[in-house]
Amino acid sequence: MMSSGSSVFRVGISFAIMCIFYVPTIDSLPELSPQKYFSTLQPGKASLAYFCQADSPRTSVFLEELNEAVRPLQDYGISVAKVNCVKEETSRYCGKEKDLMKAYLFKGNILLREFPTDTLFDVNAIVAHVLFSEDVEYARLYFFHCKLVLDLTQQCRRTLMEQPLTTLNIHLFIKIMKAPLLTEVADDPQQVSTVHLQLGLPLVFIVSQQATYEADRRTAEWVAWRLLGKAGVLLLLRDSLEVNIPQHANVVFKRAEKGVPVEFLVLRDVDLIISHVENNIHVEEIQEDEDDDVEGPDIVTQDDEVAETVYRDRKRKLPLELTVELTEETFNATVMASDNIVLFYVDWQAVSMAFLQSYIDVAIKLKGTSTMLLTRINCADWPDVCTKQNVTEFPFVKMYKKGKNPVSYTGMLGTEDLLKFIQLNRISYPVNITSIQEAEEYLSGELYKDLISYSSMSVLGLFSPNMTTAKEDFSEAGNYLKGYVITGIYSEEDVSLLSNRYAATLPALLLARHTEGKIESIPLASTHAQDVVQIITDALLETFPEITVENLPSYFRLQKPLLILFSDGSINPQYKNAILTLVKQKYLDSFTPCWLNLKNTPVGRGILRAYFDPLPPLPLLVLVNLHSGGQVFAFPSDQAIIEENLVLWLKKLEVGLENPITILPAQEWKPPLPAYDFLSMMDAATSQHDTEKVPKCMKETDVQENDKEQYEDKSAVRKEPIETLRIKHWNRSNWFKEAEKSFKCDKEL
Amino acid sequence: MGLSALAPLWSSPGLLLVIALHPALSVPTHRDYCVLGAGPAGLQMAYFLQRAGRDYAVFERTQRPGSFFTRYPRHRKLISINKRYTGNANSEFNLRHDWNSLLSHDPRLLFRHYSRAYFPDAHDMVRYLGDFTDTLGLRVLYNTTITHVTLDKDQRAWNGHYFILTDQKGQVHQCSVLLVATGLSVPNQVDFPGSEYVEGYESVSVDPEDFVGQNVLILGRGNSAFETADNILGVTNFIHMLSRSRVRLSWATHYVGDLRAINNGLLDTYQLKSLDGLLESDLTDLAILKDSKGKFHVTLKFFLEEAGTNQSTDSITLPQDDNDNFAMRVPYDRVIRCLGWNFDFSIFNKSLRLNSGNAFGKKYPLIRASYESKGSRGLFVLGTASHSVDYRKSAGGFIHGFRYTARAVHRLLEHRHHGIAWPATELPITQLTSSIVRRVNEASGLYQMFGVLADVILLKENATAFEYLEEFPLQMVAQLEMLTGRKAQHGLFVIIMEYGRNFSGPDKDVFFDNRSVGQTEDAWQSNFLHPVIYYYRHLPTGERVSALPRPAGCSDLSVRRVVTHSETFTHTLTCQGGRPPHTTQPGSFSSLCFCVESCFLFALTRQKLPPFCQQGYLRMQGLVSTESLRQHRVESWLPRNHAATDSRLEDSSQQPGDHEPLDAPMAPGPLAQSLDSNKEEL
Repeated sequence: MMSSGSSVFRVGISFAIMCIFYVPTIDSLPELSPQKYFSTLQPGKASLAYFCQADSPRTSVFLEELNEAVRPLQDYGISVAKVNCVKEETSRYCGKEKDLMKAYLFKGNILLREFPTDTLFDVNAIVAHVLFSEDVEYARLYFFHCKLVLDLTQQCRRTLMEQPLTTLNIHLFIKIMKAPLLTEVADDPQQVSTVHLQLGLPLVFIVSQQATYEADRRTAEWVAWRLLGKAGVLLLLRDSLEVNIPQHANVVFKRAEKGVPVEFLVLRDVDLIISHVENNIHVEEIQEDEDDDVEGPDIVTQDDEVAETVYRDRKRKLPLELTVELTEETFNATVMASDNIVLFYVDWQAVSMAFLQSYIDVAIKLKGTSTMLLTRINCADWPDVCTKQNVTEFPFVKMYKKGKNPVSYTGMLGTEDLLKFIQLNRISYPVNITSIQEAEEYLSGELYKDLISYSSMSVLGLFSPNMTTAKEDFSEAGNYLKGYVITGIYSEEDVSLLSNRYAATLPALLLARHTEGKIESIPLASTHAQDVVQIITDALLETFPEITVENLPSYFRLQKPLLILFSDGSINPQYKNAILTLVKQKYLDSFTPCWLNLKNTPVGRGILRAYFDPLPPLPLLVLVNLHSGGQVFAFPSDQAIIEENLVLWLKKLEVGLENPITILPAQEWKPPLPAYDFLSMMDAATSQHDTEKVPKCMKETDVQENDKEQYEDKSAVRKEPIETLRIKHWNRSNWFKEAEKSFKCDKEL
Repeated sequence: MGLSALAPLWSSPGLLLVIALHPALSVPTHRDYCVLGAGPAGLQMAYFLQRAGRDYAVFERTQRPGSFFTRYPRHRKLISINKRYTGNANSEFNLRHDWNSLLSHDPRLLFRHYSRAYFPDAHDMVRYLGDFTDTLGLRVLYNTTITHVTLDKDQRAWNGHYFILTDQKGQVHQCSVLLVATGLSVPNQVDFPGSEYVEGYESVSVDPEDFVGQNVLILGRGNSAFETADNILGVTNFIHMLSRSRVRLSWATHYVGDLRAINNGLLDTYQLKSLDGLLESDLTDLAILKDSKGKFHVTLKFFLEEAGTNQSTDSITLPQDDNDNFAMRVPYDRVIRCLGWNFDFSIFNKSLRLNSGNAFGKKYPLIRASYESKGSRGLFVLGTASHSVDYRKSAGGFIHGFRYTARAVHRLLEHRHHGIAWPATELPITQLTSSIVRRVNEASGLYQMFGVLADVILLKENATAFEYLEEFPLQMVAQLEMLTGRKAQHGLFVIIMEYGRNFSGPDKDVFFDNRSVGQTEDAWQSNFLHPVIYYYRHLPTGERVSALPRPAGCSDLSVRRVVTHSETFTHTLTCQGGRPPHTTQPGSFSSLCFCVESCFLFALTRQKLPPFCQQGYLRMQGLVSTESLRQHRVESWLPRNHAATDSRLEDSSQQPGDHEPLDAPMAPGPLAQSLDSNKEEL
């Protein structure tokens, strides 16, 4: 690999040799092998290539569109080709998965851009994307260091050119790339010069000693790779050095500017070296960028998804007039006067502003239909109101109803859930049912026809008239669940008619599932409000649900491994039946079986990508052990999803015969962008000052003293004559000093 | 016998006297808290004591509150701004631009209801302080001059001793805690030969007519000197101004006690070649001679000493004898002293050890950063007299600063004597960024008392929640647990406001190019008042604290990260265009926010979730994005980046953003693509 014997490590270069091949007249899509294709690439000419597995039916539509695009692109001098990835001649552009084949745009042999095929959905999209990408802004120049690679199957290192693609920059870039990666020196760093310095790049000397030479060299190489194109890296051999360098310094930094003394630094790790260099060349970059970087602030380095999204959406005008804005003065009066939903938000907070959109959507949906007044108060303006209402987290929604305690909304911060909460709260819970007929209407969904679309289940508590405590507990539970599920209570003398009809023993719950048209009864062993709430929330769960973004938390809570069937569209009834059979046979008691419709929940694709590489064809059945261990097991995709196979697979799993396809990372989640390390930036700045030996900071107590010094300094610099007492005419020398210090007058006097 | 018969006659008046004086002298009235002075600071403290239901009294020499303002400033114009409009409804924020109001729960007691003037009249302040006292029913004992304060050691006392206050009638008051808010009441006088010819600011005429056609020398260079000069600028022949140090302009030093632009009329005429002028000299070297015509000549003490004591005025050497260009060669008609004020130490018995600090001469009593006297426990100094803590740095010597330090002292006392922990709000970690941004956007105490009062965030175990403490004295952070009754075992954030390190100071060019910093990564170079957030893994101890406000020079390993925000014109942060403070967060937590889709993805691809998903989404309180937001989300690179990261589960230790030297050649896998897209596609 690296020729360790020589003191200079040279980076090899290889530019692919090109044959010129130009196809001016072809207007149908040429099909080429990868090797053939690359041999046709022509410097300076753009070419779009679609790499595909031969005869993949999925892509035929795309191929038709691509064919259409050949002529228009040819008008712009861009050639188009289909490259067939064949077994014996693979290219890196031939993806591993059938689904993930891509098209690539080259300029000469330089890759400009790659396109997932779904971005090129029709001929217009293809032409637009390609022409747009042709813009040099999108071009990337990589340097491949392939001389180091002996074996062709190995990967070459590559370096991206970060400067704008101008002839001069490319020239400099290549020159730097050709320069030695790492040079060993034993000379005074102040005197050392390399091609980097001549090209305006700083030099970084890693100070090495005999004893640690090997390790130092490895560090230096590592640094050199990271700083390639940004600085020259040298290994400074302290032992054979004639000049003295500070004992503890391990890095010497030499700026490209002439006459600037070298800096001796103590940097604990490689990252600090890198950041020191990057911080020090940064200043120039900013200046250069000033002109073309008009959109500067828009290139956001946000890693807060919500903040970033809201920021991108900042120009949207919301129909805020659909909600009433409250102030300190109007809050109490408004809340007293009518039924209110109040959104407490702060306008500088992204989550607040994101939710405000949903809130406005609710207002739009309720427009003219609800007696509930939708209001909002900006707690950034009126913090006292919000504090008085005990709102300390934002956004927060509260419902104020006349004569009742305000109710806090604790559901998902989204349109649907809030709308459901508001609609269901039109009546108070539990509903008191007073006749058998009314009870039947209630259970059939007739009684609250307009509400059952918000609550798929109605709960009816059946109690004997004398079960006072149980009734109170149930009322508490119903009140607790208000806004989330419809609850009612029946405790008339003739309650036995109902309990007999539904084979229930009092006290009992009747659960009417409106979508399935089923009514089931559950005896209440314990009538504590908490238990009742638990029973009802459990009953809301389905045996084999379609898992969605919205309902995952309800199932996640069960702490069982998820058995998920990923389906591209509706689930095949056979699979569903197979799983339901297993459920009935108690095979799946320790799991939460569910299925995911990728059409409804596209984020599921991201999950599959995390589990599989390459992605087998759908449907896919996986078992995800989220709560203990994070293993992901896949049901073999070549087997049919039928009961027998499933049972066998589950048995293998149980005895540990199956290997997980992946294990979910157990590390704490970390923000995707690294933190700004201001302390080290400050330290770097300070150490710089130290070497300059200019005391820039003064202690507060010295200010008095320094006032004068600075004053003198400045005056001296400006060469302004200072009118002091003309002491030279005076012979009294012993007060001279005192007077000069204390008696200084400005000219005008 | 005769004697014995007479004895009762003689002794009875004595007995009567004893009986009469007994209730007054021997049984002092006890109070838990005694406040000296019903000025702004004393009243502010009284307000907090009253609200907390404490046993207290304020002792006031005169018959109404705020007596200082009945006479001072002599020219009646306060230079504390009364900005009545800010375009902002937030009452806390508005206090940033209201330098006169005291803190209270009553919005009627805001100074803007008392004056329409941006620089209000001092009479309005007197009226305001009177209303403040009456409306809130503060307990002030008027016409009570405390003439002597001493200590009485007693084991039972809260602090091991009582403070014994004696008033002008001989009435004795016993206090557990003494809060001294007497301000600076003694005019500063410099003793030099001829100082008897000098008129004082406190008594000099304020009628310009009295200065017509006169040559005036003003000693001093503070706002009172310039205020005096401004008043007579138009009618004098010229004004010379003499002081030891050079003039310090408050817009250069960012210290409101330095010369304010409103008073700098004389600088204008000086620099524009009028006859007025500024000179620097140590006043103690000075001598003033009165000649036969009653005019004053300036010379040096040295000459006077050389000439001996019995020389006549005319025979003493004057600097101009040898130097015809000497600035002060012309005789003056008047010399006015405007040299500021000192604390009145005279009433305090030595046993209190209420010493003056060396640094500022006799001006201020020596106190700790907790405003407690270094000499006696239980004695706190409030208001202007407490300015030694932040003299020439922050606003602690002025109403808009000490109203907050009085609150801090009250909170310390509530904990020390009543077991009430420093008020704190406990919130889940997801609210961390919001809490900080909120305070940074609106807090007035942090803003006015920059560099002195700090907000402190105490993390709870596992960083799932935190406590937010407001306006704690920064220099006392090491003793935070003891002083507040809160626990700081799991790391803490300290939030303060600062000006740029090299931005403030006399003669600094505060208008230099690029004074405003735009990029987040340059935020630490911010110049204007900006928040700085420190993270400590544990409470700094001892000496480390002193290094705290100077992070750059600080090699304290327990300081992990420091974050600053760039200044903004509006002083409203939106967390946009830059990374919010989560970037400081050590390892295990973050308050980044996510939409439910991302949380869903995280939930099924990771064993541990970001707190926002853990505490929001998984408790069915996630943020569902609307259709329009979802579009923007798809556009943004973030979800792809997450997805890509997750696709490399086997190597998840790799942080996205780490640039690997070993990359696949021309075959960007999912990760490489996402890394590139970070850079390239934006």
